[in-house]
Amino acid sequence: MTYRPGQRVRVAARAHEGHHRTPGYLKGRTGTVERVHAAFRNPETRAYGAEGLPEQRLYLVGFAQRDLWPDYRGHADDRIYADVFEHWLEEAE
Amino acid sequence: MQPARVTIAPVERAVHDRGGWPTEAPIDRSEHELADWELLTDALAGALTRRGLLNVDQLRRGIESMAPDEYERASYYERWLFSIETALTEQGVLAAGELDARLAP
Repeated sequence: MTYRPGQRVRVAARAHEGHHRTPGYLKGRTGTVERVHAAFRNPETRAYGAEGLPEQRLYLVGFAQRDLWPDYRGHADDRIYADVFEHWLEEAE
Repeated sequence: MQPARVTIAPVERAVHDRGGWPTEAPIDRSEHELADWELLTDALAGALTRRGLLNVDQLRRGIESMAPDEYERASYYERWLFSIETALTEQGVLAAGELDARLAP
């Protein structure tokens, strides 16, 4: 599944034993694809000495702060941006 | 004392996964002059990377494998040292316990 800028995506709400770069505070949250960075070697296998292949596409995803923090008191337009690998993303309506 | 693992939502998080961790404590932004051993630790990681014995993901994974209470106690480069020793032991460059034996008085 390849995503395009502007598309709504949800970060998979799954646990993962071992190294991964998906922050817990984003799991299960929905954001918008801002940019497709490029494909990179997968840190989840590279962390154990493998080559990290196949490469995984990495996206810049933007989230509304208010969607992440229930008691967020900042501006309604405040956003946070994070790099998320494709295999952690799901299509959101 | 922080709990070892917390669940904000919706999945359990390991000790290093700090974003949004509930705390009232201010962020420690203090800096310090790096000691010689810290500079050497940085250089060691660079040298091992160039020799193909370490990559940044292995370094991070080793840090994340620390026992939560050790992780909390350790400084930045102490975590690096723990991880470097882990990586070198896994690859047989160091024997298990070799460093401790050499450092024993």
